[in-house]
Amino acid sequence: MDAIILQILNGLDKGSAYALIALGLTLIFGTLGVVNFAHGALFMIGAFCAVTLQKILSLSHQVVDESRKDFLGNPLKVDVPYIYEWFGETTGQAIIDWSVPLAILFSIPIMVLVGFAMERGLIKHFYKRPHADQILVTFGLAIVLQEIIKYFYGANPIPTPAPDAFTGSFDFGVLLGFDPFTIIYPYWRLIYFAFAMIVIAGVFAFLQFTTFGMVVRAGMADRETVGLLGINIDRRFTIMFAIAACVAGLAGVMYTPINSPNYHMGMDFLVLSFVVVVVGGMGSLPGAVLAGFLLGVLESFASMAAVIDIIPGINQIIIYLVAIVILLTRPRGLMGRRGVMEE
Amino acid sequence: MLGLNKKDSTLLLIVAVLALLAPFILNPFPEGSSLAQFNAGYPDLMQRFVIFGIFAIGFNILFGLTGYLSFGHAAFLGVGSYAAIWMMKLLTLNVIPAIVMSIIVAGLFALVVGFVSLRRSGIYFSILTLAFAQMSYALAYSVLTPITGGETGLQLKATDRPLLSNLAEGEIGRASLFGVDMRTSFELAVGDWLWTFNMGYYIAAVVMLIAFYVSMRIFRSPFGMMLRAVKSNQQRMNYTGLNSKPYTLAAFVISGMYAGLAGGLMVAMDTQVGPERMFWTASGEVVLMTILGGAGTLIGPVLGAGLIKYMENIISKINSGILHEWFAFLPDGLEDALVFMVYPFIGKGWHLTLGIVFMLVVIFLPGGLVEGGQRIARLFRKKKADTPSDKDPEHHPKPTPHVAE
Repeated sequence: MDAIILQILNGLDKGSAYALIALGLTLIFGTLGVVNFAHGALFMIGAFCAVTLQKILSLSHQVVDESRKDFLGNPLKVDVPYIYEWFGETTGQAIIDWSVPLAILFSIPIMVLVGFAMERGLIKHFYKRPHADQILVTFGLAIVLQEIIKYFYGANPIPTPAPDAFTGSFDFGVLLGFDPFTIIYPYWRLIYFAFAMIVIAGVFAFLQFTTFGMVVRAGMADRETVGLLGINIDRRFTIMFAIAACVAGLAGVMYTPINSPNYHMGMDFLVLSFVVVVVGGMGSLPGAVLAGFLLGVLESFASMAAVIDIIPGINQIIIYLVAIVILLTRPRGLMGRRGVMEE
Repeated sequence: MLGLNKKDSTLLLIVAVLALLAPFILNPFPEGSSLAQFNAGYPDLMQRFVIFGIFAIGFNILFGLTGYLSFGHAAFLGVGSYAAIWMMKLLTLNVIPAIVMSIIVAGLFALVVGFVSLRRSGIYFSILTLAFAQMSYALAYSVLTPITGGETGLQLKATDRPLLSNLAEGEIGRASLFGVDMRTSFELAVGDWLWTFNMGYYIAAVVMLIAFYVSMRIFRSPFGMMLRAVKSNQQRMNYTGLNSKPYTLAAFVISGMYAGLAGGLMVAMDTQVGPERMFWTASGEVVLMTILGGAGTLIGPVLGAGLIKYMENIISKINSGILHEWFAFLPDGLEDALVFMVYPFIGKGWHLTLGIVFMLVVIFLPGGLVEGGQRIARLFRKKKADTPSDKDPEHHPKPTPHVAE
């Protein structure tokens, strides 16, 4: 029983990342009808926003410290981040420590800008082209973005730790009446899950309860009619693209303490996220979220030692296997709508 | 000739001549000159040109004709490679059984994958093929290690005892064709020029020519016509009472066999396999090649494969020292600025160049390099056609009224 709960928990954080990326992908597909292979790159750019903010905050200059001597007896030169001088040492340290959560604020304007630039600059011209062309051009864009990041940040993963307050683990077992240390779960993963839920709820609430969201939903259902009513649906869809980029970026920012970001993390996630979208059903937002969590949890179940003993290697292929089975039995995915992406 | 019309025969002849004279054509610069690094005429790279050419030709039969975008073709290449190396480990070091085996195994695998994947079309098809390829990659990497060698892959080892080859104790076998080592090379030096004629390359080139000829016949056959019909409007095709599934499945299997052939040839050249050959980026690469060259055209995929492999091997070798050498004639500040601007696109950044070129091609030249060539040719032809037209009234008769007045 405790093992099962542990696996569910383990699956949730990966599932949250899948769900967030898949949500963004589906938003873009549902509104603009574009299959965006560069979405993983947006996730990666978000992660590198966190890296950049950490670097900016730790910008420092050398100061001669008279009170300490190095081994030659000269006054020691120490690197002092500017931020220590501005806010004092304790506050400064805390700010650097909290750079990942702060990067959320930092990344939102950047992701919105990137999203706008992408949609207006490139994707706009591909609405009328076949899906294969859209896949190809965004695939090319993903390569370009990835290489640009690689040029500036190098090919190695850059560790971006979570704030000290969240580095420990949480003992779930005690809470549920099991023995201590049976179900241990890192705090940051819990936070990631909670954060993902908030973002997902935010996006759904935005679509459900605002006039803007209503218009967007109407546009997703029947773009032409909404246009005939005199609403500039294109502009709203552009904004939705920026929001989708933002969601992917935020998922990336918060993921950095779990896995140190490197330039190809986006591609690694993209392939799986596409599988998630297709399993959930093209164009269905709840489907994307559901499938994201489902596949995340399934993946972690499949990596249990007991399961691997029965079917070796299942942890590597479970997601693809599920995708194949679902696509063949439920061609529209779990919650796909009729008439979306059907020839 | 060979059941081809005049135009196709000419194309085949041109390709044959280019492939056979490639050691000369790809080594235009004398050894030791500053341009020698642009020489691509060394056996390893030339083999890659033709092998990936075969891979792309096969992919084009599926994508170019039917429009089904497979993102998992590298799996067939990998499976073919594994089949080939096992033939060489167990049966004989002769490459022919290995290559035949790789085609058969890849074809069977493609039959299974295709049978399942082709039940869906569009992006679903792409994801399904991608899922199958990633699954094969993950399995080759982990559970199937006894068969695939896992992360280290498979090589010919001193302990291998192929049934039909007499190897001395402790001798590591080498791929051969009826006793002729694939690595045999003949070097011809004329003045400063050095040309290498490699046995392996010529075998691969001949296979490539055969593959190219077969794809030409497929393109011109009624079967090819059916595949084009699938691309242009599958629904209408179904309404007229034709079942399109056997045609697409056949195309899928044929292109899988081409991929297996390429994999088998790769093993014949370097006698090693690793699972990274099946990773999805490898599938992405063949997509890039085909689109870059021109999907749906005969020669396009070969051009695209050549271009990408050339860039991968030549551009990635340029470093900032070489750039400084090139721009040395400029004033210092300008030289540094220029090197600074060009630097991200060369050396390790060649993928950036590739990505940009690829995006530009998709945006402006959906037909790839071949369409680019055709447009340029048309430009010239138009100029030629324009000038005499004024003096030639016979071909531009004045419109006559339709109804007699």
